[in-house]
Parts: sequence; structure tokens; C-alpha cells
Amino acid sequence: MALQSYASPLEKLWHYTYLVLCGLIFLFLIAPILIVIPLSFNSQPYFTFTKEMLALDPTGYSTRWYDLLLTFGMNAPDVPRDSSWWSDAWNNANWIKAMKNSVIIGVFSTILATVLGTVAALGLSKPDMPYRRPIMAILISPMIVPIIITATGLFFFYSDIGISKWSIFGWEIPYLGVILAHATLGIPFVIITVTATLVGFDHSLTRAAANLGANPRTTFFKIIMPLILPGVISGALFAFVTSFDEVVVVLFIGGLDEQTIPRQMWNGIREQISPAILSVATILVIISTLLLATVELLRRRSEKLRGITPH
Amino acid sequence: MADSTTNTDIGLTTADGKPLKQALAYAQARSRRRAFFLVLPLLLFVLVTFILPIGQMLQRSVFNDGFTTHHDLGTRVDTPIMVNLATWFDENELGVEPDEAAYAALVTDLIELKRLRAPGSAGTRINYGLAGSRSLFTKAARKAEKLEAPFKEALLDVSAKWENPKLWQVMRSASSSYTGAFYLAAVDRTQDAAGDIEQVEENRRVYVKLFVRTLLVSLLITFLTFLLAYPIAHLLATLPLRYSNLLMIFVLLPFWTSLLVRTTSWMILLQSQGVLNDAMVGTGILDDADRIQMMYNKTGTIIAMTHILLPFMVLPLYSVMRPINPSYVRAARSLGATSWTAFRRIYFPQTVPGIGAGALLVFILAVGYYITPALVGGADGTLISNLIAFHMTKSLNWSMAAALASLLLAGILILYWLYDRLVGIDNLKLG
Repeated sequence: MALQSYASPLEKLWHYTYLVLCGLIFLFLIAPILIVIPLSFNSQPYFTFTKEMLALDPTGYSTRWYDLLLTFGMNAPDVPRDSSWWSDAWNNANWIKAMKNSVIIGVFSTILATVLGTVAALGLSKPDMPYRRPIMAILISPMIVPIIITATGLFFFYSDIGISKWSIFGWEIPYLGVILAHATLGIPFVIITVTATLVGFDHSLTRAAANLGANPRTTFFKIIMPLILPGVISGALFAFVTSFDEVVVVLFIGGLDEQTIPRQMWNGIREQISPAILSVATILVIISTLLLATVELLRRRSEKLRGITPH
Repeated sequence: MADSTTNTDIGLTTADGKPLKQALAYAQARSRRRAFFLVLPLLLFVLVTFILPIGQMLQRSVFNDGFTTHHDLGTRVDTPIMVNLATWFDENELGVEPDEAAYAALVTDLIELKRLRAPGSAGTRINYGLAGSRSLFTKAARKAEKLEAPFKEALLDVSAKWENPKLWQVMRSASSSYTGAFYLAAVDRTQDAAGDIEQVEENRRVYVKLFVRTLLVSLLITFLTFLLAYPIAHLLATLPLRYSNLLMIFVLLPFWTSLLVRTTSWMILLQSQGVLNDAMVGTGILDDADRIQMMYNKTGTIIAMTHILLPFMVLPLYSVMRPINPSYVRAARSLGATSWTAFRRIYFPQTVPGIGAGALLVFILAVGYYITPALVGGADGTLISNLIAFHMTKSLNWSMAAALASLLLAGILILYWLYDRLVGIDNLKLG
């Protein structure tokens, strides 16, 4: 936004005040997220910058809290770090176990949400879809209903049907309740991103494909899928992040051994907050930065594919 | 479509001899069915894993069989309890002084309770209506077998509290599994001994206060997000795209960052030994002795939630502001308007739909917030969701939790409906 050449001195003053204000608001947005990064390298168990840190003294910094992420919960953390130490960490460290659980729950709930959500979004985008508005309202509602209400409802429902004891061929499916719940929470994101990609989708393309002899399956995989793929992947990433960050449902319906990263963080924050939390937070910030970059690239690609030039 | 179908009514047929109108209707019905079948699996999934559980929870807010049925957790057998007393309540109307027959029925039921080892759970149900009743039940059930007629005197000997007319009113109300008592309690009301609705004692009025606080805090947060979002959304919308895309990262990165991470960050910043206080003490603005308490109170909740919900305000504002044609403002200026008038009369009215969309979304999300108030809210910064969680996990008064949740849900659904009406769910955008 350039300042017009005819601006009066007062307007110039206001313009620069405005820019400073905007700078401060951007600082308010980003500073709390960046502040955890230097603090996670604190060599002292404090949540503030020590004198050494401010003086950029190397002794003020350490990676001890990242080390703690690996060693906390291990059987023998103090032996030399050979392959048996690493396998001990991989199998027993609490944070690594939590990470594995989070990834398993996240991946399966994402697959479920993405497949069901994409198919439904295709239907919802058809001009002939009946009862479009109420159905859309129902499908988006998991995003709107407060998480505590969802968790409360699921708590009663899952304990009534005894979902933790469900099994296929004698194999109890682990995390089933949490996976289903997280899939439900991720669905609105998939619906929103995929229907957004389908806006302006040229339906004559599918007709052209059919005209040229393609059956519906070929049309879907060769014509529709490549066009909506960026939206589907963004939706899947949103769904994964939703699951990866969800704590209330896990607290309410997850078993004691279903420890996930957010749940472990939640416990850590509530009981005794240690800088180890900050090192986890830093890792999560890096992950979210990567995800954001991916989604932005996908969005641009999708716009290019569909021939929408950014306005 | 409707026009073309009416125009075909002149006897045209398809190649296989069907009237064109009929063929079209058939084709449209098939295409509608196809679209619907694509959505059906997901719709069923959401109905079963989301709508059904919430409906079931709503039912729990008016249903509590703690005083009518005993669920044996080991054998999974349900036994009706307090049957004799329930019969007496059926035969005698509200207001009839409990007579010897009533006390005899009560003692018989207490003996049965003791046999089932259930006086605790039955007493808990009465406790919800009249605090202190649980111990009354456990104590009386312990001695019930040894009591002899006349039972009224015998029971009053155990505790004079058995005579309390309010207790009898609560037992009468609880002897039916369906009750509206939890909704009454959720708005700080109760039934007195005669069955009339009255306010609860002053020191027990917590729920209405908390609903009001939740509303006020959410309104304040909505207003603050608007105040902060408007200037930056305007800047983003008027900058050339290559700069605004870069600056957009400042909005989208918080949006993508874990909620727990953002809350943790605010805890670090706001603590009395935290970064902000340290910085102010270090630079001499503040004396070491009077560090500001910014966390574990309302201030903490408001600051952290404003930050967390800010992107939900910026994004709808941005998407409304971006297409606004700058020449309108320029035209106003050239016609003699000051920059303030041009903004007030020309620019601002065009952004109102974005303000509405953002404000509704932020308000809906704020009203039901749980995690952030739970972590930084302390005692006076908690919201209604935290109380629901308290009843779910600590007091185990599940019907109360369900009643509070239903009231919250009703409010949210009205706002959601409004959002759909005014903005349209299709226009919900994520980055």
C-alpha cells in the first residue's frame, strides 16, 4: 500500500503510525511461537532467558532437554550410546512411545477422513445434490461443536458399546475409539479443502472423458483425481494435524497406555512444566512450518492446474 | 432447468419413444441419487460416530436412574431399587406429610440397598439435589436392619435430617428416572419442599455466573481479535501479492502450530518469573517486588485466546478485503472526501460481511474453548467448558455435565445456524 503523493503531513504521520501498529500486531502473532525455540536450548531449568543466554555465552545453551526426550523412561539411560542404547530409547522412552502412538492414530484417522471426505465432497459438489445445505451443516459440525461436548458424548457412547473390547478374529484393535473420533474431527477440513478445489471445476471435462469412451473409474482416476489431488492432500494434512494436536478426546476415551504427544504435553504442563516441553514444542513448530510450506505449494499448484490466476 | 422442462411438453420423444420430459426427469433423478450415494457413507459415519453419541449425551441430561436402578458392575445385572418408596410416592401426592407407611417403605428399601451394597450410589443421586445426603443414606443403610417399628421415630433417631421436607421432595423427584432437575440446577434453580422453583442459596449460584462470564470473555475476545485483525488484514489486502503472501506466513504459522505449543508459549511469556515480567524488571519499568500477575487469571485466558483465535478473524476479513476495488476510495477522495470519511463511508461498509463472518466464527469457537482456559485460566479465568470437564472427571455428576453441555450446545447451534444463514458454510476458508 503506497502512500499517495497528495497525502497531507497528517496523513503521512498516520500512515507510518499505521505501519508500526501492523508491525506490532505481526510481532504479537509470531513472537510467542518463536520464543520457545531459543528457550528450549536453555542449560538451566528456567523458562526465561538467563544472563548467560543474553550474553550469548555458549555455557548458557545446551541440548540437555532434547536429550531428556530420548532418555526419559529408558531402562538404562546412562550406558554408552551403542546400538542397544538406541533400541532401548526406541522401545522405552516415553516421548518416543507417545510419538509412535500419535503417528499411528494420526495416519489411520487421516486415511479414513480423507477417503470418506473426498468421496463425499465429490457428491456435494454435484449440482444435483439433494439436501445439500443441511447435509453440509451436519458434516462440518464436528469443527463447530466444542471439543468438550464431543469428548463427553463419545465417552458415554464408547463405554456403552464397549469399543475397547472390540476385536477382529480375536485381535483387539488398538486405539479404535480414538481413531474413529479423530477421523470425525478431521472430516470437516477435508470437506472444506476438497470442495474449495472443486469450485469452478469444469464438469464438461468428465463428460468429455465419458464421450471419448472412458468408464467412470477411468474418468475418476485420470481426470478428476489429478485435478483435485492438491486439495485432497491439503485436506489430509489438515486432518493429520488435527489428530496430531488433539488432546481432550484422548484424555476422555483413550486407555492409559494410549499416550500421545499432546497428552504427554498436557500432563507435563499441568503437573510440572519442564523445559523438555519446550524442546517438544520447538520440534512441533518446525513440523508445522514444513506442513504450512507444503500446503502453500499445493495451493499454488492447484490454482495453476485449474487455470486460476491469483488476483 | 425448470424452464426447459416445461417447454418440452409438446410431444417430443427420445429415440426409444419415451416422452422427453419423462426421460429428463429420470436422468435427473438418477444423477441426484448418484450424488447422494457418494455422500451417504460419510453421512452415516458422522451420524454414528458424532451425532448419535451427542444425542445420547443429551438424553443423559434428563435421565438419571441412580435412585431407581442398581447396576452391578461385576455381574452386569440391573436391579430396581427404592421400589417401595416409589410406590408410596405414587399413592401420595406432593405435599402429603410422610407418614409411618412412608418411613416403613424407606427402611425396607434401605435394607435392600445394604444387601446390594448400593447405598452410596443411591445417596449420591439424592446428594445432587440436597448436599450432605450421601452420608445420610450410607449411615441409615448400615443400621437399617436393626431398626424396629415405629420406623419414623427409629429413623429420626439415626438422624433428625430424615424429617427434612426438602429431602423428601428430592427423593420424590429422583424416584422417577426422568427429571428436569439438572437443567434447573444448571441455571442455579432448584425445587423447594413444595415443588416450586426457587433460586439456590447465594453461595451456591455458580452456573449462571459462569455462563455470563463465558459470554463476556468471548465477546471481549471477539472484539479484541477484530481490533487487531482489521489493520493487518487491510495491509495484507492492499499490498502487492508477493509481499502479502510473505506476510501471510505470520498469520498462517500460528494457525498451523499446535494449540498446546501456543498455550505453553503464553505460559512462558506471562508467568510472574516469565519473559515479559523479566524484561520489564530488567529494563527498569517494573520493580522486582511488583511483578504483574498475568497468568492463572482472566487476563491470561483473554491474552492467550485472543492470540490463538486471531487468524480466524484475519482470514475472512482478508478474503473480503482483497477484491475491494481501490478506485472506489480514490473516487471518494477525488470528490472531496477526507481520508477518514472515505474510509468510513466507502471502505468500511464493504468489509462488514467479513467482520460478521470473522466475529461469528471467533465467538463460536471462543464460547466452547477448553484447553487454554484450563491451562492458563486459574480460578477466575475458567469458562463453562471447564466446568463440564470438572463434572465429567472430578465430581462425576454426569447428568449435570450433560445438562450444562446441552445448554452450551443449544447456544452454539443457534450461532452456527446464524453463521450458515449469513455467511454460508461453503464460504468457510482455511488459509
